[in-house]
Amino acid sequence: MTIAPTHKPTFADIPLSERLAKATPLLLVPVLVLVGLAAIGNPSSWLTLTVSGLAMGMMIFIIASGLTLVFGLMDVINFGHGAFISVGAFVGISVLLALGGWAGAPSLLLNLLVVLLAVIAAMIVTGGLGWAFEKVIVRPVYGAHLKQILVTVGGLIVIEQLIAVVWGPEEIFFSRPETLKGAFTFWGAALEKYRILAVAVGLGLFVAMRLVFRRTKIGLIVRAGVENGEMVEALGYRLSRVFIGVFIAGSALAGLGGVMWGLYQEVITASMGEELMILVFIVVIIGGLGSVEGAFIGALLVGLLQNYVAFLEPKLALVSNIALMTAILMWRPQGMLPVVKAK
Amino acid sequence: MSEPVLKLKGVETDIAQYHILKKVDLDVPRGSVTMLLGRNGVGKTTTLRTIIGHWQARAGSITFDGNDITRLPVPDRARAGIGFVPEDMGIFADLTVEENMILAAISGPLDAARRDWLFSVFPPLRTFWNAAAGNLSGGQKQMLSIARAMAERRTLYLIDEPTKGLAPAIISTMVGALRELKAQGASILMVEQNFAVAKALGDHAAVMDDGRIVWTGSMAELANDATLQERLMGLSMEMQ
Repeated sequence: MTIAPTHKPTFADIPLSERLAKATPLLLVPVLVLVGLAAIGNPSSWLTLTVSGLAMGMMIFIIASGLTLVFGLMDVINFGHGAFISVGAFVGISVLLALGGWAGAPSLLLNLLVVLLAVIAAMIVTGGLGWAFEKVIVRPVYGAHLKQILVTVGGLIVIEQLIAVVWGPEEIFFSRPETLKGAFTFWGAALEKYRILAVAVGLGLFVAMRLVFRRTKIGLIVRAGVENGEMVEALGYRLSRVFIGVFIAGSALAGLGGVMWGLYQEVITASMGEELMILVFIVVIIGGLGSVEGAFIGALLVGLLQNYVAFLEPKLALVSNIALMTAILMWRPQGMLPVVKAK
Repeated sequence: MSEPVLKLKGVETDIAQYHILKKVDLDVPRGSVTMLLGRNGVGKTTTLRTIIGHWQARAGSITFDGNDITRLPVPDRARAGIGFVPEDMGIFADLTVEENMILAAISGPLDAARRDWLFSVFPPLRTFWNAAAGNLSGGQKQMLSIARAMAERRTLYLIDEPTKGLAPAIISTMVGALRELKAQGASILMVEQNFAVAKALGDHAAVMDDGRIVWTGSMAELANDATLQERLMGLSMEMQ
């Protein structure tokens, strides 16, 4: 016997204004790209800057995606994330330098293979480091934000010093693998090969993360855990184990980001992660805490805006992202696509 | 009489500096509906949250299905067979109805026959299967919250005010669904402020006051004694 109510539920019509308001963050990137075209005027310069901005944004997204999940899932503010960027870069570039013959060969296959090996090594080391970092430094301070900031900053400093002990205190200069050097011309615009690769990697990672989060049970658990961890546990899932997995994955992604950023700059330093963390935090905040999609949009906005402004008014480049964050927080105080409501 | 499915003995729970539960003793008989009643702020929700483990009991013991679960983590209590429907419904607003239900099936994929049964009990779930749960109405969210707890068979269901703020048509759906659940042999411990619902569903009743169980007995006994209701809860069911 059914005990269904007699009423027939239907989808309510969501007003156009509400639908537009929801979609606004998604429109910001294309709007910024069009505004950039109007402001720069020259299409080839605009295309070069756009690809550069997208590449920068994708690399920041790779780093920020793990951090936003770590915050969203367990309410942990991890300033130590920057250390994983630096360690990843040093490990990856060490592999690259050790396999200098492959990197210097004029073979796309060998060059991509050496980059892949560098990335794998960096991700394994930073993933392992993340596991130890969570266990030793983060776990004792769950729920205490001030202590989290203090101990994770402390962990960051210690790891930076360890990098100096292992690799020396000087910055390391190097060249990208042979076939990833230089640029090719497209519609009169010079497009750096490596930046195209960075865009492809970032986009691929974003699509892969979307698939994991939308199509797998572990992805659902993570999304639900970011929103309401208490209820996920009441359903029978051990969120602490999921969190450790996310922390390790986030650390490994920071390592990947470190290698990518190192190859982008062709120089690495122990403090590079710490310096990048300003941009990463801006991305996490404007994207909305716990939101991978928000971090993606935020990272693209940061990358594009910095490149456009650096071309148009170089003196303003440094403040452009702080101005962006201020504007977005005035518009949406919880960021563009917040997932974490209140904890 | 069989052993109670759930037994609380001298349970005390503190929230920050507040001493909320003060030696709660409660037996929940197997295969029946026990209503946990009382004025606002007497510790009913805290009792349910202590049983599922969101609040840790400072003293006393909680025995479920013959096993001491007092110190078990929340997920282990859920996997032992306790379903929980919190007062705020706890639905995952950013997930679709389907995704909410997939998560609720902890032992594997959501059973198709069980899903179809839930569709018959809560028809809006079928309509809004692919919609974001956050876009549902209050009543539909409550249906989803209860359906999620029912996605797999549980020995005991802890349900906190499932009819709060709902329209009469939705309340009748809830009552029907919980009756079906009971007919399947489940035990239910339910906090309810709506006395008509409590009377319609309850087999047993436990009344709380100031963090303690002050009366236990049959729901019928309580429902038929206006003086007792006045004394325990400050108003009679007939007023509702």
